[in-house]
Amino acid sequence: MSSSTSSLEERHRQLGLTDGEYARILERLGRPPGDVELAMLSLMWSEHCGYKHSRRLLRRLPKDGAHVLMGPGENAGVVDVGSGLAVAFKVESHNHPSAVEPFQGAATGVGGILRDVFAVGARPIAVLDSLRFGDPGVSERSRYLLEQAVAGIGHYGNSIGVPTVGGEIYFEGSYEQNCLVNAMCLGLAPHTRLIRSAAAGPGNVVVLLGALTGRDGIGGASVLASAELGEGDEAKRPSVQIGDPFTEKKLLECCLDLLDHELLVSLQDLGAAGLTSAASEMASKGGVSVHLDVGRVPLREPGMEPFEIMVSESQERMLCVVEPERVADVLGVCERWEILATPIGIVAEGDGFQVLDGGVVVADLPVSVLVDDCPLYDLEPVPFDGALYEAPSALLTGDESPAETLLALLRSPNLASRLPVFEQYDPIVQSRTIRRPDEADAAVLMLPDSSAIAVSIDGNGRRVACDPRRGAMEAVYECSANLACVGAEPLGLTNCLNFGNPEKPHVAWQLVEAVEGLALACEQLGVPVVGGNVSLYNEAPSGPIFPTPVVGMVGKLPSAARAGRLGFAFEGDAIALVGPFEPSAVGSELSKLLGRAPVGELPAADAARIRIAHQAVRSRVRSGAFHSAHDVAEGGVAVALAECCVIGGLGASVRLPNALDPFGEAPGRAFIVSGPREALAPFVVIGEVGGDALAIEGLLELPVSGLRDARDGGLREWV
Amino acid sequence: MKFGIVRFPGSCDDIDALQAASRVGEAVLLWHADHDLQGVDAVIVPGGFSYGDYLRAGAIARFAPVMSEVEEFAREGGLVLGICNGFQVLCEAGLLPGALLPNVSLKFVFRQVELEVVRGAGPFTGGCEAGERLSIPVKHTTGRYYAPDVELDRLEAAGQVLLRYVPGHNPNGSLRDIAGVCSEPRNVFGLMPHPEHAVDPLSGSADGLRIFESMRSHVEQHVLA
Repeated sequence: MSSSTSSLEERHRQLGLTDGEYARILERLGRPPGDVELAMLSLMWSEHCGYKHSRRLLRRLPKDGAHVLMGPGENAGVVDVGSGLAVAFKVESHNHPSAVEPFQGAATGVGGILRDVFAVGARPIAVLDSLRFGDPGVSERSRYLLEQAVAGIGHYGNSIGVPTVGGEIYFEGSYEQNCLVNAMCLGLAPHTRLIRSAAAGPGNVVVLLGALTGRDGIGGASVLASAELGEGDEAKRPSVQIGDPFTEKKLLECCLDLLDHELLVSLQDLGAAGLTSAASEMASKGGVSVHLDVGRVPLREPGMEPFEIMVSESQERMLCVVEPERVADVLGVCERWEILATPIGIVAEGDGFQVLDGGVVVADLPVSVLVDDCPLYDLEPVPFDGALYEAPSALLTGDESPAETLLALLRSPNLASRLPVFEQYDPIVQSRTIRRPDEADAAVLMLPDSSAIAVSIDGNGRRVACDPRRGAMEAVYECSANLACVGAEPLGLTNCLNFGNPEKPHVAWQLVEAVEGLALACEQLGVPVVGGNVSLYNEAPSGPIFPTPVVGMVGKLPSAARAGRLGFAFEGDAIALVGPFEPSAVGSELSKLLGRAPVGELPAADAARIRIAHQAVRSRVRSGAFHSAHDVAEGGVAVALAECCVIGGLGASVRLPNALDPFGEAPGRAFIVSGPREALAPFVVIGEVGGDALAIEGLLELPVSGLRDARDGGLREWV
Repeated sequence: MKFGIVRFPGSCDDIDALQAASRVGEAVLLWHADHDLQGVDAVIVPGGFSYGDYLRAGAIARFAPVMSEVEEFAREGGLVLGICNGFQVLCEAGLLPGALLPNVSLKFVFRQVELEVVRGAGPFTGGCEAGERLSIPVKHTTGRYYAPDVELDRLEAAGQVLLRYVPGHNPNGSLRDIAGVCSEPRNVFGLMPHPEHAVDPLSGSADGLRIFESMRSHVEQHVLA
């Protein structure tokens, strides 16, 4: 152990620890840490691993629900879906690596979230992505990030054979320097295969599975994920990990095979902070000690220092605990899958994390200091009601006709068809997908008993920038609305909180308000939060990103055959507007095109009426009474109608209720539905499906082909 | 009728092919490292990214132990169907003419495409009519069918081109819109589209089932009879 105190005091700052945090380490240990210990502590106490600025806040989110099998704290949340099956899911960010190296950053973001899901014993069955970039029309860098991130996601997901079934992409100036890449994964498991990460059983063996350990990603959690981006980020490229989906495919099959043979006591993926984080989390949850010998870890390059081995973020690795008499069987299964498996340590009594190099102890820390003693900071929020963000440049003057305005909205990168991106992903491998992107508001995956699960991911940073609390509530409403459109009832929710620097009072206020909004909306709709992720310090010198809580929701529907579609289906069907809808121009897509800054209060929401509307749509999609259902989101009723026409390949004649702003927004409240006139009688019937044009009385008439051309063209030139 | 689906490390559509084949007969997985075809009547080399496809699509898989068995089975007239990566593997192994090159877009493409049956006869398309259209998805990065012109003329003259992309549906720049070709003795067939992903109307189309049904009819009439 090194004891050169003066140089260590310099180093703690280089490693991202404050002087106060270092003093706390000295106090807890009663001695200066050695260099391996300091490296381990700096990562475990980083924002990314320690949740220093968010842990207290997250306690506000409701966690209990009738279907929850595993809540926050495990590698992924798990809900029961009936017939002895469970669905595990989680969303996680890989923002900073993607800003530095978008292809590998996005690819390993997918790889990491897949490992979280198979770490609980579930086979990954679907991926969704939530992406944010600067404006592709003006920024070459944003076009590069978009193209490379999409290619990276496809590279990993397609190669490993997990379908990418949905997602969302938005372009705003505030993401110009700091793009967002959030990946969500769902997995399916029999209840009997679910496994937790807590280490147990002194004398049991700790086995490292998967790829060789190299120098890639060293310090990624503290270097990239816990500080603002700035100049000189090129030099951080060595901190970005490189993905190998082929190894992960073998690792995935191998882990599920090990679990099917009941050979493991516990399982944990290696993500941020590598072995340090994985082993200390396992020990902490199990209330045991762990002793690892870095000398046994198979290395990709010679001469790696013990601290490098302990913090390496090399991808495609897992850590498991095995009873001694089963180690031979474990190694046998791994050999069949051509997966390297190496016993590197043991579980022991106590509260110690001991790292050996050969016979020499190079670190010996209490697990509780690593995991529990990380300081938690209270936020110091200060409300902000001015314009924190610049107004975008105006693309429309406001003098355009409604027809011109609608076409401009359909062409805008935020609303245009996502098919040019989705065509680069495999949405059907594993043969469960019955609603692909653009067929319905949520992806739908069939289960073996002919029921199905549905999943949607949503978040609109511009609206949260206007009004953090109501904007966050809308993200939950919209997810639930999307599920209702396919006939699914929510089971649980995961979220990724992408925010700026929480030490700044206005960002702290955004974060506090948004979490309160999420909590309120989840309580109103009765949806538990089963897990999530926080990504802070998403700032560039020009300022913070829009506050961007991303919500992923999973639901269930009884009959896969009855899953809803969004496009109009039959000539002569009536069209109705369902739900409490009082839209406004604040934070709308049109307000952006008109060059307005994201300020102003969003429309209030009546939770009871929203619940009734969601239930009405859900039950009538399930019964087949509605032939189509689509939620009214960005671009308002006019855009929603245009989408129903384009996707269904049918026109419509509509008369909007008096004084309804055709482009005003209030996401998550209202739906455009179609069906036989008698089925729609209880609702506000606004028109009829038919012909080959969308006609809105007194407003506009446009051929469906023209709508399609506008919508299809918006993104194609950028990807 | 028993199908065997080869499973390489990195196969992705192996279970999909197993489930699709199970709709028309018995189906088992064949492990890449075993020299054993388990007495199957037809072999399917499925889609995916065998061995990661890091060298060249299908280039490593063709040397897997099980492939020597598959090649012998094919030489003796057994039915072998290669789908997507499986098509690439069979071309690499010399069991099918031509080669698959990177898509003209150089990007992965997923799309539901329309195919035209060029030849409605033989073990793989015997249950279809010439000129009939099938709706089947494609998903690949390396699917541009290529062979020299002379070879393409010869293949067309010999009736070895079984499926074509309907005009406007060619997703990858394949020469002469070729989507699937068979060997000269007609017992080995490779195609880039995924018939195993078009076996249930719930998922969009059941047209792909026609390929598997054709194989079953052929085996029942010519092999098991």
